[in-house]
This record gives sequence, C-alpha cells and structure tokens, in this order.
Amino acid sequence: MYNWDFTPIWANGDLLLAGLGNTLALTVVALAGGLPVGLALALARLSGSRLLAAPAGLVIEVFRTTPPLVQLFWFYFGLPIILKVEMTPYLAAALTFTIQSGAFFAEIFRAGIVSVEKGQGEAARAIGMSKAQAMRRIILPQAVKRMFPAMMERSIELMKTTTLVATVSYADLLYQANELAQKTFRPLEVFTAAALLYFLVITLVSMLGALVERRMAQSGEMAR
Amino acid sequence: MDTPLLRLAGLDKRFGERAVFSGVDLDVKRGDRIAIIGASGSGKSTLLRCINFLEHPDAGRVILNGEPVGAERQRAGATGIRYDEGSLNRLRQRVGMVFQQFNLFPHMTALGNVMEGLVTVKRMARDDAARLGLAELARVGLADKAEAYPAHLSGGQKQRVAIARALAMEPEILLFDEPTSALDPALVGEVLDAIQTLAAEGRTMILVTHEIGFAYHMATRVLFLAEGGIYEQGTPDEVLKAPRRPLTQAFIAGHRRFSF
Ligand SMILES: Nc1ncnc2c1ncn2[C@@H]1O[C@H](COP(=O)(O)OP(=O)(O)OP(=O)(O)O)[C@@H](O)[C@H]1O
Ligand SMILES: [Mg+2]
Repeated sequence: MYNWDFTPIWANGDLLLAGLGNTLALTVVALAGGLPVGLALALARLSGSRLLAAPAGLVIEVFRTTPPLVQLFWFYFGLPIILKVEMTPYLAAALTFTIQSGAFFAEIFRAGIVSVEKGQGEAARAIGMSKAQAMRRIILPQAVKRMFPAMMERSIELMKTTTLVATVSYADLLYQANELAQKTFRPLEVFTAAALLYFLVITLVSMLGALVERRMAQSGEMAR
Repeated sequence: MDTPLLRLAGLDKRFGERAVFSGVDLDVKRGDRIAIIGASGSGKSTLLRCINFLEHPDAGRVILNGEPVGAERQRAGATGIRYDEGSLNRLRQRVGMVFQQFNLFPHMTALGNVMEGLVTVKRMARDDAARLGLAELARVGLADKAEAYPAHLSGGQKQRVAIARALAMEPEILLFDEPTSALDPALVGEVLDAIQTLAAEGRTMILVTHEIGFAYHMATRVLFLAEGGIYEQGTPDEVLKAPRRPLTQAFIAGHRRFSF
C-alpha cells in the first residue's frame, strides 16, 4: 500500500496557490481580451465586406485548426525573431490565449448573431436605427443570451488549456505543481492536490454560470 | 402645386433573375389610405419594403416630400443611385412599419419596445420617452401592459404594441404588411380597430392586406398587384366591387366571402 502523505504539500501550499493565482490571472486576461477580439472577428466576418471578412476568417481558421501548443511556441520562440522584442512567458501566453479564445468566441458570436431572426434587425432598422445601434441594442443582447452556455463551456476549456504555458516556464498552477513534485518527491500528492484545485475552481465557475443562466431564463425575457 | 407626400417613380425590383415588379409609379398624398392586394408572391411585401429600403429597388426613385432618397452617381458609364446609411435612417424615422410577425424586441417590455426608438434614435431623455411611450400604449389600449414582456402578450396585444412602437416615432406614413395574418381570428378585430382609429385620425397609410372587407371600408384607394406591377387601381368601389380586368375579377371572385 502506498503511504499518502500530504504534509509537504500543506507546508508549500503558498506555492500552489501562487500558481493558481497565475492561472486565474492568465484566464481572466485571455477572456477579457478574447471576448472583444472574438466579437470584432465575428462582426468582420459578418460585415459583408470581403476586405474585412477574409482576413478575419483566416485568423479564425488558423487558430482553430492548429494545436494551441504550436501557437504558444510560435509566439514565444518565433515572434521575437521577427519583432526583435523580448518575449516573456506571460506575454506569449496572454497573446496566444487571447487570440486563440478570440477565434473560438468569434464562431460562437457568429452563430448567436445569425440565430436571431431577420425580423429583429428589420424592426430595428425600420424605426431608424443604424446598423451599429441595431446590433448593440437589439441583436447582440438576444444573441448573448443564447450564446451564454457555449461561452461558459469555452471559458472552462480555456482555463484547462492554459496548463500548456507550463512548457514555457510561466508559473501557473501546473508549473508550480511540477516544481513542488520534484522538490518533495511526492508527485502523487502534489498532482492530486493540483487536480483538486482545478476541479474546485471549475466546478465553482460552472455553478455560477448555471445560476446566471437560470436567472436569465426566469426574467421571462428568454421565452418568446 | 401639391407635392405628393410620397412618390414612387419607375421602381424596379428583381431577385436574381426573377423580376418582382418593374416600372411602378405611385403618388401618395397626405391623408391617403392605400390598400394593396394581390395574390401570394405578387410582390406586395416587396413593394412596401422598397418604400423604407428594407429592400433596395434596382431602379427608380422613392421621393418623399419632393426630395428623392439617395444621390445619383456616375459609375462606369452607367448612372447608379447611392443610398448612404444616414439618409436611409432619417427616411425610416418618417416612414413607420408594422410587420406581419410583429417583430417585437423580446428582451424589452412593451414600454421598452415603444421607447427604444425615442431613446436610441431620437436621443430623447428616458423620462420623456417613457411618458410618450405610455401615451402611445394608452392610445392602443395597452397602458396596463407597459411592464409586460412580449412573451406574456397575446398576438393581438403584440401587434398593438408594434403599432405603438411605430407611432412613437411620429412617422408621416405608416406601412402595414398584413398586420393581422399571423393572428388567431378572434384577435384580428382588436388590431383592425386600432388601425381604423388611425385612419379616422387622417393618417397616411399603406396597408397590404388579405382582409378585403377591411380594405373596402378603410382605404381611399386600392391597388391590385399582378403581372409585375400595378395591374389595376381605383377607389374601393371600382376595384373591389366592379373590377374591370380579368385577373382582378378572378381574385375578387376568389374572395367572395368577404362582406362589405
Ligand atoms: N429576399 C428574397 N429573395 C429572393 N426572392 C424573394 C425575396 N423576397 C421575396 N422574394 C420573391 O419575390 C416575390 C414577391 O414576394 P413578396 O413577398 O413581395 O410577395 P407577396 O405579394 O408579399 O406575397 P404574400 O402574399 O405571400 O406575402 C416572390 O416570388 C418571392 O418568392
Ligand atoms: Mg407578403
């Protein structure tokens, strides 16, 4: 029988928590950046102008069809060669996951926007709203409600994918766990603890999401 | 001379290869109430939607109060018409539309629907817009439903909110596209009554309808669309009681059930 011993993990709990903090920070940054990037990409794709739609489509496809680890390495090891800038693990990770989640969000936004009946936009235009006003006041609010579950799912996926940043030495939860495992020779306990932390955070986020979803449904505005 | 409030001059519309109508001319004077009838697919909705540019005509001009909408421009030898968004948005504030499917905004209350154009388009303060919106709802008999979401309204109530939403913008012309076709028969009356009230106020309106009896009583002029244009027009008595041309006669014969 394996003799479980969590004492070294307790003793170094601050390391894991610091890692969790970095993981959350990266996730929040990627979300805060990815949502507007996704909306912009979706609007460009739906704009009806090929000059906008084509590049947006290319970005979306490239980031959806290449492995996130390749993207991360490209930004971390590749981009500095062209731009002659110093790339930090954090910057590379933030860039990668902002654009990558933006590409996925773009498709969710697009699906949500086109799911809103044509008559909604027409009714908005018919009282004199500009395209932008109709999008902002009438179409997007309805689209976002429908997109919400997919957005939640994608955000959780994003948080899990950020574990890849450990490979470029960004001190996220996984990276810290790995350090700790080597230091304490207790990989089983360390990675169990790390898994538990991911599990707790993601479960909490899911529950909050479900609550918000229920609230929106209850407000009576969802039904049609 | 009296300039017509609205003039359509040589309007063409096609979808791809299929011409819906061509060379449509129409003068609408202030206070006119024009009913448009015709078989399904004859282009009634399309004609109506060309007036507020939900569809862009392929040729011809829409002229409001003597001012043609859009600017002519030369391109590759041919003359085209450029419609900039700003002028279309201004036009649409002056031309209200009521849809067959209501198209209320489901995420806003009845009052929110009516206020929306005032706040977002006319930049009115919310208090003023709410006061005006309530007055418009009261006009269609729905003051008590101001806080209700569309999901909790009957079809007839929804359509009356939609009418209030259009009226709130104080349009000079109202366009109705089969406003009662999506309603249970029991709810048609309340919407027709609301439209009747507007007619009695002397508002200018163009109404696409299958309710021949209502068209007869409400309209000052009736247009029958067929064969890619206005096939026959005249007073309700002329077109609906004594149509002169064969397609109109056949159409009216098919609607014999209506009561004058
Ligand atoms: N967006 C569109 N794209 C292609 N064809 C269209 C479009 N809208 C209408 N049409 C076609 O144009 C013709 C006229 O349509 P329209 O809707 O104006 O007829 P309608 O007289 O209003 O018919 P209904 O009584 O059924 O409402 C029809 O053949 C229709 O299929
Ligand atoms: Mg129609």
